[in-house]
Amino acid sequence: MPFKRNGKRFIIILFLLPSLFGLIFFSLTPMVSSFFISLTDWDVISGSPKILGFSNYLNILQGEEFWRTLKNTLYFILLYIPLMLLTSLFVANLLNSKYKGITLYRAFYYIPVITSWVAGALIWKWVLSPQYGVINTILGYIGIVGPGWLYDEIWAMPGIVLASIWKDVGFFGLILLAGLQGINPTYYEAAEIDGANWWQKFRKITLPLLSPTIFFVIIISIINSFQLFPQVMIMTEGGPHGATQVMVERIYKYAFEYYKMGYASAFSWLLFIIIFIATLVQLKLQKSWVKYGT
Amino acid sequence: MVHKKNWGKISFYLIASIIAMVILIPFFWMISTSLKERGALMTIPIQWIPDKVSFEAYQKLFKVFPFGRSILNSFYVAVMTTFITISSAAMAAYVFAKIEFKGREKIFALYLATMMIPGQVTMIPNFLVLKYMGLLNTFTGLMLPSLINAFGTFILRQNMMTIPNDYIEAAVIDGASHFTIFYKVILPLNKPILAALAIITFLGTWNSYLWPLIILSSKDKMTLPVGLSLLNGQYGSQYNLLMAGGLISIIPILIMFLFAQKYFEKGLSLGGIKG
Repeated sequence: MPFKRNGKRFIIILFLLPSLFGLIFFSLTPMVSSFFISLTDWDVISGSPKILGFSNYLNILQGEEFWRTLKNTLYFILLYIPLMLLTSLFVANLLNSKYKGITLYRAFYYIPVITSWVAGALIWKWVLSPQYGVINTILGYIGIVGPGWLYDEIWAMPGIVLASIWKDVGFFGLILLAGLQGINPTYYEAAEIDGANWWQKFRKITLPLLSPTIFFVIIISIINSFQLFPQVMIMTEGGPHGATQVMVERIYKYAFEYYKMGYASAFSWLLFIIIFIATLVQLKLQKSWVKYGT
Repeated sequence: MVHKKNWGKISFYLIASIIAMVILIPFFWMISTSLKERGALMTIPIQWIPDKVSFEAYQKLFKVFPFGRSILNSFYVAVMTTFITISSAAMAAYVFAKIEFKGREKIFALYLATMMIPGQVTMIPNFLVLKYMGLLNTFTGLMLPSLINAFGTFILRQNMMTIPNDYIEAAVIDGASHFTIFYKVILPLNKPILAALAIITFLGTWNSYLWPLIILSSKDKMTLPVGLSLLNGQYGSQYNLLMAGGLISIIPILIMFLFAQKYFEKGLSLGGIKG
């Protein structure tokens, strides 16, 4: 059948062409080839890849580095998720009111969200400076000797967590705010007539009805946590002594500083698998606590 | 006696202001630091406000790094990427929403499936392909992968599906082509969502770090985040310089934000697009 200009088939092909080109050449093919590259030893410079089979995977899983990055990421998640949820829930509740000037406050809270991570990380590297930074100065005002933050193996990750909370609280606050505004106000009115206090209202109405949004926030933020990168690259470069090494930072270094494309690709597949499993586990767990409206 | 309502109001303003202060202190510190001389950076006690205001850092910044060039690069890349992403996604979304053909749902499912693949898996092969095509350190290479944006396609399709088919059928009876329908009917009706998507795409590209870091290698091609990170590597302890650079990189997006806060909020709440 010949193509008719403006005919249906012509339009379908023409309109899908750009995205299909992107889909095939920059998404599907790379995904498949990434797997094949992960089975090789390839430095790109000295020639063709050497086929190894699964030994990249075995080497990664048997080395301590992979487990260290996993441990560091879990440490991050353990601190970040609860703190982020608490602060963004608090901010969302605060912003869910009709006082004058609320748009201005919202604008203030979003400024870190629209700031690039690179600029944000530079600011926090300086804010967290043990001797000359504002955090330890303020702690000093109330008589606390602040830790060495990014120079201290134990405190480096909490430092990155603080920066991440500052960067993300506006974003997740915004998402939770949208969830809050979707709750029917008559529930609260009925509860007030029954004499419920704010905690009872929060516990029995807000939390259950907000649980799908909270679930979404947790899913997104855990995926993001496994993909930590700019904050680590700028603030610590993985140090001190590997205390903030994370997967994406390792993948970047192996691929683009040491040119070990096979090893880096295998690492990236392990990252993919971990994110996939973490998401599946949460989808299973949600049944026990997320209440979807009927 | 103070009315109960007033207490709520007072505590709201008090708490909201404290949080705003905590969030803004790092920015204040950035501005203050960028106006210090190098010698005033490391003093005990710290100088919240510089004893002597100096523009030394800003002068040096543009001397040691083609920072003006980086600003232009960032603008060019962000505008073009936004245009490419939105046009490509809108065209695909129109087909998936309004033109029926065999296998459509399967192809669409393939688009959606790509949302699960983390960028770290595809970035190495993408780098290699661009290397063999000779597109490393070019804006074309940097922007080509934005032709596919499954999330944008999905959101736009959902919105286009809400447009009644009658509109389209009426236009077809009037002799309108699909091009005309797309430009004159579909796109105008989706303006708010297109604006929201465009803004987060612009924001994400403006702030994007990992992909440009891999692709761009010469100073005159670098976007602001890559330039800043290079600066961090070379002048890691000259914080007046780093803070001046950081501030300059934030100002354009901040101005956009002040003018289009509504669309930023709408775009950001669409979902977790990461730069």
